[in-house]
Amino acid sequence: MKKVLNYLFKENPVFVLVLGICSVLAVTTTFEKSYMMGIVVLIILVISNFLVSLIRKIVSEEIRIPVYIIIISTLVTLIEIILNKYSKPLYDAFGIYLPLIVVNCIILGRALAFASKNKVFDSIKDGFKSGIGYLIAISIIGFLRELFGNGTITIMNDISSITGYREIIHVFNNSVIPNKLFLTSGGAFILLGILIGIINGRRGEV
Amino acid sequence: MSIFTIFITALVTENVILTKFLGICSFLGTSNKEKNAIGMGISVTFVVLVSTILTYLINKYILIPTNSTYLQTITFILVIACFVQITELVIKRYFKSLYKSLGIYLPLITTNCAVLGIILTNIRSDYNFIESIFNALGSSLGFVLVLYIFALLRDRIEKNNIIKSFKGIPIALITAGIMALIFGRLV
Repeated sequence: MKKVLNYLFKENPVFVLVLGICSVLAVTTTFEKSYMMGIVVLIILVISNFLVSLIRKIVSEEIRIPVYIIIISTLVTLIEIILNKYSKPLYDAFGIYLPLIVVNCIILGRALAFASKNKVFDSIKDGFKSGIGYLIAISIIGFLRELFGNGTITIMNDISSITGYREIIHVFNNSVIPNKLFLTSGGAFILLGILIGIINGRRGEV
Repeated sequence: MSIFTIFITALVTENVILTKFLGICSFLGTSNKEKNAIGMGISVTFVVLVSTILTYLINKYILIPTNSTYLQTITFILVIACFVQITELVIKRYFKSLYKSLGIYLPLITTNCAVLGIILTNIRSDYNFIESIFNALGSSLGFVLVLYIFALLRDRIEKNNIIKSFKGIPIALITAGIMALIFGRLV
């Protein structure tokens, strides 16, 4: 448990390194969208680290970035096609932020910094680790934003066409707490700023 | 929507950084000097404008007729990557001092979500050619505007007495949040 907390506070790609926060701020208006985005990024991160590490000896230094971008965008395109076919509501809810995973700094960053230099198994492990960190961070933000912004927590709604399960928990319904501020972009910035500030302050203690 | 409405919406109310959260990496990275902010902004504007024109033509005359719109993401990112490479060469060759100060941020334009984001918005909203150009222009000028204002603000913020753990990125994000609230109410 201590190790997990340690990881969350000290190495988290979102809270500590502040990478890939475009999607962290943009899609986190509901809890469901947040964790689904986290899962999609996790899957792409693991596969792209695997592929990049597999071809690390063939690809020369000069053409690294274009090759990696093509690998990542191919994976993103596959996910786009799958989501478009099986879960149209989620696909529409993500909008342009689904193709924008291509330019998520975490994925290219891990490919360049780790997978291009390390063995296949280690790269998969590294991708999994960063992906989980991202998933946890984006879920926390999505949870808080939906809870305070709308007074609800959407466990499953958009993807219920696949799972056949639908659950939206209503938590608050008074005149103070569901405050639309948290659903606006300004609220997202401020919330993330405060969270990072708190984690910065706590980092010494853990 | 008239062209003017599209332009103003893209510039202020639907600002790329503050409302769509695009290009935050460069927003947090470069913007401690006004000159860098302008340099970054101009490079982004240039890349956005040219790649908007290219992607519009590619989408309309190649991808749609051949029924392969699922290739949009890959095609667009390749167009952007090529164009950034060219811009980098030009700046390296003719504007040495700018190249020095922008340093590592230029290659990052490829992975700047703002560029791909603006292009995707154009395509997804079914804008025609003129509308696409005005949306691209408004969005990237909005990017420069916010980057510049923020560079000025950041200069003053850093001189103030802030709680230690909130220094740097946290206070930058909170400032951006307040700016976003103001920008959202401007029109």
